[in-house]
Amino acid sequence: MTAMRSKISEKVFKYGFMGMAFSSLLFLLGIIIILFSEGIPVFSAVSLTGFISGTSWYPTSEPPEFGILPLITGTLWVMLGAMLICIPIGLGSALYLHEIAGRRQKAILKPLIELLASIPSIVYGFFGMIVVAPYLQRTFDLSTGLCLFTASLILGIMAVPTVSSLAEDALNYVPKSFREAAYAVGANRWQTLTQIILPAAGSGISTAIILGMSRVVGETMTVLMVAGGAAMIPKSIFDPVRPMTSTIAAEMGEAAIGSAHYHALFAIGLILFLITFVFNIIAEIVSRRYRLKLGLGR
Amino acid sequence: MKKILSITLLVLTVALAGFAGEKIRLSGSTTVLPIAQLTAEEFMNFNPDVTLSVQGGGSGVGIASLNDGACDIANASRSMKDSEIKNAVSRGIHPTAHVIAMDGIAIVVHPSNPIQNLTKDQIRKIYTGKITNWKQIGGADKKIVVLSRDTASGTYEAFAKLALNDEKVRKDALLNASNKAIETAVETTPGAIGYIGFGYITKRVKLITVDGITCSKVTILSKVYPYSRPLFMYTNGKPKGWVKKYIDFVLSKEGQELVETAGYVGLK
Repeated sequence: MTAMRSKISEKVFKYGFMGMAFSSLLFLLGIIIILFSEGIPVFSAVSLTGFISGTSWYPTSEPPEFGILPLITGTLWVMLGAMLICIPIGLGSALYLHEIAGRRQKAILKPLIELLASIPSIVYGFFGMIVVAPYLQRTFDLSTGLCLFTASLILGIMAVPTVSSLAEDALNYVPKSFREAAYAVGANRWQTLTQIILPAAGSGISTAIILGMSRVVGETMTVLMVAGGAAMIPKSIFDPVRPMTSTIAAEMGEAAIGSAHYHALFAIGLILFLITFVFNIIAEIVSRRYRLKLGLGR
Repeated sequence: MKKILSITLLVLTVALAGFAGEKIRLSGSTTVLPIAQLTAEEFMNFNPDVTLSVQGGGSGVGIASLNDGACDIANASRSMKDSEIKNAVSRGIHPTAHVIAMDGIAIVVHPSNPIQNLTKDQIRKIYTGKITNWKQIGGADKKIVVLSRDTASGTYEAFAKLALNDEKVRKDALLNASNKAIETAVETTPGAIGYIGFGYITKRVKLITVDGITCSKVTILSKVYPYSRPLFMYTNGKPKGWVKKYIDFVLSKEGQELVETAGYVGLK
């Protein structure tokens, strides 16, 4: 009787947890279906190439123009700029924490860096708008501080904890025996770090960087507040930009449901989703390949 | 038995009275929102039987939900487009416009800017990108930073119609989500020019005259100020019942005082 009962409860748990595990799949599927079904109808108003390569975004003019190239370039430039800031700072702090910092320093620094991740993005946006943008404008005598550079700077700082803590984890996963073996054959600390530890942690570090990129591409509130919001292809790093996320956030509330504008915003969401999807696949492939090379693979 | 019956009846009446409270749904323009909120609160104070729920979303959203039957009153900072009227009629909705207040779109610049007046033509050329430096119109040698509302906002559409003859705003204009955001940006950017609703003019930005006319209550109401516009509430057909009472309240002396409290220009 008790054996039977435990068998039943085992089954209940098994299927219960299976249901939870597959529910994410269901949500993902639902989101993809909605993105496609609400995004595709825009292509009755504009061709796919016209949508992606068009340089004019005037969704409410008569006739409307739905060219999102300025929005795509806005997103990509902000991402590139943010990466230039968060990769050196993120990797540098991960290396310092792992290699140099003592136990006590590490106990203080690591939680502090992670605290940076817990600040809500709207607070970053507010800080950028009220403090950083006016400061940059005065310092560099710009026409406006709300621009690509400011957005990249703030997003770069926001992505530091993601890159730093994932990269540090990756460094920690390198087996101790690697280091010991390197020292044993006479390598010094620098040689060990650059030729043994870093390559061994390479997959994890690449994953950290790519996930940082995903974070930057998907960030909405901050760019809405500090990027300036002009739908133009930037010619300088001090030009204002309008990334894809902030376009959706700013316009979705005022686009009539079912209009071409509404479908265009969903289509932007779809393209954004495809971009981050590709990033995640690349991260997966990179981490697998390195794992196999090191003989750590499953 | 009689006692039970009477108690049941009592409970039923109380329950029904609870349900009887009618609900009016308002939705639409963020420009009209402060007026709708103030008047709705006051109206409910006097009429506890009725509940008004007020939502923003923008003029386009309000009109679309009136057409869908999802709201009773659509607030709009622009008149309905032909396409929206056609859509309404095809769904058996007969939108009726009520002008409830006037608003002026004020042109503002940074306080340090020596410019006092701009012509309509100059403003159009600045916003469409034909004039790019303040020195071209007698100011300092400084790049003009053009600030505009998001192209989906009703204020943008009204401005495009009144000031730009429906030409497009230059691509490098900085787009902001609200009147307040424009005011803040103009205040902190020496080369900036922006447009904001009459109620959002502050001492921290410099108000520019247009064709020599100051944006003020008198010039807006008489429509002498070129960028003055009516604000609307749309109902389906002639308003009836509580909807009529509410619209009448907004148009009453008291309602119009609240319009002024909200920062707009009353009709009387």
